[in-house]
Amino acid sequence: MERYTGNPDAVRALVRDLEVHKDTYIDEELFALEMEHLFANTWVYVGHASQVPNKGDFYTTTVGTEPVVMVRHTDDSIRVLYNRCPHKGVKVAGETCGNTGKFFRCPYHAWTFKTDGSLLAVPLKKGYENTGFESCEAKHGMAPVENVKVYRDFVFCRLNPNGISFEGYFGESLSTIDNMVDRSPEGRLEVAGGVLRYMHNCNWKMLVDNQTDTCHPMVAHESSAGTAVKVWQEAPEGTPKPMAVELFAPFVSSYEFFENMGIRVWENGHGHTGVADSIHAAYSPAPGYWEQMVATYGEERAKAILGDTRHNTVYFPNIMVKGPIQTLRLFKPIAANKTLVESWTFRLVGAPDLLLERTLMYNRLINAPTSVVGHDDLEMYERAQEALQSRGRDWINVARLFDPAEKEQKNVATNGTNEWQMRNQFRAWARFMTESM
Amino acid sequence: MTTLDITHKTLTDFIYAEARLLDEQRFEDWLNLFTEDGHYWMPLAHGQTDPRLHTSLLYEDKLLLRVRVERLAGQRTFSQQPKSRCHHLLQAPTVESSDPAGEHIVRTAFHYVETRQDQQTLFVGWTTHHLVEEAGALKIRLKRVDLVNCDAAFGNIQLFM
Repeated sequence: MERYTGNPDAVRALVRDLEVHKDTYIDEELFALEMEHLFANTWVYVGHASQVPNKGDFYTTTVGTEPVVMVRHTDDSIRVLYNRCPHKGVKVAGETCGNTGKFFRCPYHAWTFKTDGSLLAVPLKKGYENTGFESCEAKHGMAPVENVKVYRDFVFCRLNPNGISFEGYFGESLSTIDNMVDRSPEGRLEVAGGVLRYMHNCNWKMLVDNQTDTCHPMVAHESSAGTAVKVWQEAPEGTPKPMAVELFAPFVSSYEFFENMGIRVWENGHGHTGVADSIHAAYSPAPGYWEQMVATYGEERAKAILGDTRHNTVYFPNIMVKGPIQTLRLFKPIAANKTLVESWTFRLVGAPDLLLERTLMYNRLINAPTSVVGHDDLEMYERAQEALQSRGRDWINVARLFDPAEKEQKNVATNGTNEWQMRNQFRAWARFMTESM
Repeated sequence: MTTLDITHKTLTDFIYAEARLLDEQRFEDWLNLFTEDGHYWMPLAHGQTDPRLHTSLLYEDKLLLRVRVERLAGQRTFSQQPKSRCHHLLQAPTVESSDPAGEHIVRTAFHYVETRQDQQTLFVGWTTHHLVEEAGALKIRLKRVDLVNCDAAFGNIQLFM
């Protein structure tokens, strides 16, 4: 039974001011509509330019559930192609990354395609003469994604040919990417250290919601971060504070800390925690780094860059960026109840190795399938995915600190425990779900 | 200080006993097998040589291992309510090298299952133990766990291989 297809009013009715219907997390039809509409109308993260530095370099991934390949074309531009042979439908680029030279070659029948997707050659070409092949879809090669934007080496695309512009979509939120890149004394990032891949049996939006959920750490992470603090307190006096403790401890800060750190809410579902303060604000300095930053930017500007210690920035729909930790988490939807979480890390080009070491330790301690913090969170998501099936209640609550006036506001900083950002995400969800219905 | 007469059998017996401590969930006893500067390492990449500037699944010193062990026993460790269980099936360990004054390196292939509720997950790989003698006993300075599919997307891995 189709309840939501072609029925934008029914989709919009799932998002109320103070609550969201459970179907948004558990309904397969809505998931299919998210892939068809939400992930096509929004600008979705594909990859980073440093993954394809040379002509012919490629990287395969998904946008929503669409298999795509990001490739450095012969003119040095970055192209995104649907990774599907127009002949029999085979995935053309099979490896996660590599170099394909000047063209892709399908492994099934050796059709070849330039790295902009256009058809280069077909074996036994004569067999297509006078067949009307010219009028076939296949004549056009691998389908390119037309709307691709590379912003400071971060590659985004919008699958639908028409829709909101990149700048209109992200607006002021790009300041988080700016800050992360500016933290390199050379103004450049490189993907580094390997990607952690963590399978979650839950809906992708649970992860997005969690990024700005500041009322859970002191509860759900008492077992992990709380135990780390306790074990550290038992260490002999005078023991230097280990990096791991410095990373863990702020998770179990008080409600007051999280309230005061603030949340800033942008348009179109974007927002970030950590306006005035953040759990990343009090890390030990890396020797030599400050001097490098001053040499590049001058003291005042360097201070401003390093003083902006934003916690989690959600770029709706499905990534989260941590500027001070140079991490990007990608929540890849697989099914209504299945999500692959990829946690990527970056090297600040030119900065001391110690900063990459800290980034990698953070990623390992917090985002790995072996992470105790990850275990705390995933347990909650999976319990929710199971219990949301209940007929006992139909709605999920997002009422905390709601103010009716907020709907007319944008780019506003507010109390750090406000659920405004979650409401913001769902308003954007309803908009981009129904825009092309 | 008495020194052990370390034979191949001493080393392989140690490996079996260590796995049994984990299967019996005697985590405190297991932790005591590590030297104070000991590490438990699960690389993320095949043939990984650097635990510092490349991410690992785990690279933990004794303090972090203690956090795990205490967490497993915690009253508010919800991901362990109900608890996980595990079992090691070991191939006969091989002593790769043995220096009476230094490290003994032992390699052991394994099949390991971790279960929780109705879920049972199989992990396959090999461990490399770097063992040293300390105060008359063998201790682990490094336990390296290489999974065949170390770069796969896993769900929770909550206990120790």
